[in-house]
Amino acid sequence: MEKLVDKQKVVQNMMGRIIKNNFFKFIFFLSTLFGLIVLVVLLYRIFTQAIGWLDADFLQNFPSRRPERAGIKAGLVGSLWLMVIVAPVSLILGVGTAIYLEEYAKKNRFTDFIQTNISNLAGVPSIVFGLLGLTIFVRELGLGRSVLAAGLTMSLLVLPVIVVAAQEAIRAVPNQLREASYGMGATKWQTIYRIVLPAAIPGILTGSILALSRAIGETAPLVVLGIPTFIAYLPNGILDTFTVMPMQIYNWTGRPQEEFQHVAAAGIVVLLVVLIFMNSIAVFIRNKFQKRY
Amino acid sequence: MKKFKFLALSAMTSTVMAFTAACGGGQDAGKDEGAADQKQLQGNVAMDGSSTVFPIMEAIAEEYMIEQPNVQVSVGVSGTGGGFEKFTKGETDFSNASRPIKDEEKKAAQDNGIEFEEFKVAFDGISIVVNKENDWVDHLTVEELKKMWTSGAVSGNDKVKWSDIREGWPDEEIKFFSPGHDSGTFDYFNEVILEEKPLNKTAQLSEDDNVLVQGVAGDKNAIGFFGFAYYLENKDKLKVVPIDAGNGPVEPTHETIQSGKYTPLSRPLFTYVNVKSLKEKAQVYDFAKFILENGAEFAEEVGYVALPEEQYQEQLKKLEGLK
Repeated sequence: MEKLVDKQKVVQNMMGRIIKNNFFKFIFFLSTLFGLIVLVVLLYRIFTQAIGWLDADFLQNFPSRRPERAGIKAGLVGSLWLMVIVAPVSLILGVGTAIYLEEYAKKNRFTDFIQTNISNLAGVPSIVFGLLGLTIFVRELGLGRSVLAAGLTMSLLVLPVIVVAAQEAIRAVPNQLREASYGMGATKWQTIYRIVLPAAIPGILTGSILALSRAIGETAPLVVLGIPTFIAYLPNGILDTFTVMPMQIYNWTGRPQEEFQHVAAAGIVVLLVVLIFMNSIAVFIRNKFQKRY
Repeated sequence: MKKFKFLALSAMTSTVMAFTAACGGGQDAGKDEGAADQKQLQGNVAMDGSSTVFPIMEAIAEEYMIEQPNVQVSVGVSGTGGGFEKFTKGETDFSNASRPIKDEEKKAAQDNGIEFEEFKVAFDGISIVVNKENDWVDHLTVEELKKMWTSGAVSGNDKVKWSDIREGWPDEEIKFFSPGHDSGTFDYFNEVILEEKPLNKTAQLSEDDNVLVQGVAGDKNAIGFFGFAYYLENKDKLKVVPIDAGNGPVEPTHETIQSGKYTPLSRPLFTYVNVKSLKEKAQVYDFAKFILENGAEFAEEVGYVALPEEQYQEQLKKLEGLK
């Protein structure tokens, strides 16, 4: 009887595929490893430099010419104030825009045009937003170098990212859910509020947290606005001047004295901790709302 | 000694302050005593401008706010040009600068009805440095500097070798490290050495002077320039080049920069004050006075060179005349 299966041929053919499979597995593993190694080296450098400099005094002191007395209090509080403006403004405007574009707006050339521009805005250099903010908020509206002016500028900067992320999330909600809701006699708003938004929240939050993380780490637009670097007092309201952590860190890394490099590293650690804290809040909320359809 | 004499001349409060500061410990107690005699002011003082001048002003603002805790001083780092842009619109009270105000900036101020006054705060000596292992460069003349840094000055080629500059020097390409075009340090170098001609295109530019330090320290054929403070902090890694402007080679030191012997690369650092703010806001006047009374000490502390003491006294008189 003739053999129906030529074992040797099978082995020959399979070997090629298995090798290919292993090759790609190896390549993808390497790319993951590359990012991880860079991250580990970065964290190692920062933490070893920050050790001994990051203490309670560092969190409670204002900037100083003496590295051992320099602290991040003004920057830390300033960054949190900035978030008080940026988070609600960019979320409300961003999610609002996304709901309009996805649920209400008719698909025509005009909405296509808006859509393209929003995506393009996400790629505009941050310094351009700084110039925009300087002209409109600082000068025209006379807000000065305040938390409000900087917060609105940063909101504009991160808005496109939030809009696009929120749109994707809303689009991902299965249409059957909407149909069912309408079928039960719900209005459009009831459907959005009760059905679409809860289902989209995990996705919206993922995009928003990336956007807010960017806002808290940006320096360039604030430099353009003229936000000061040295401040030894805290803002009392949204119309006061302030400073933020990245500006402090940037200033410290440029100083000639080597001790300031350690101060900068300590500042970076504080910034990282704030970021991780923000991210974990988002993960928490996301898990709470997560449902799979 | 100079410093001590200056202190003796200064006003009573600043003497107490500076003396206790010089003694090191227990300075806060001394300051509080001094402050108790003074009128407590309040309000804002907005200052912006050069990142080179920033460390001095940070030190001054820090000490001033111990004396006047109700005055809120903010110091920004928009760069000399960026600072003037805001200053000439009347948005800041002080503008720090590592070069004198330009004509077009003066005109902008005039157009907006801003009157201002210039004060010198300290000196900086732009230091030319080479690698520690460079054993051939003993000094450079201004002409030689010009020849190596200007684009195309050596046979229309930007790849300059040490042997092109002086005979007997090695036949190896020079690696250039320069501050970026936005910095006042580059502006000054551009003016006195390059004379507005383009910079050698092979030069590596960085806005962060620490990057320049690393660059020069890591290459035997490197040459670079930056502020005196960066040289002082990295003395052990770099070799400074004495500059000959026709009167023999002069090394940048505290003395040669202060006396003006280190020429043409020693430059004054300025702060410009809005005269209207000076007249209308007591805290701005008081802060300006504080800068001139204590500028010398704090400039030295952060790595710059104080002006000769008479100059501070003269400027204090000028300030009083403006009130």
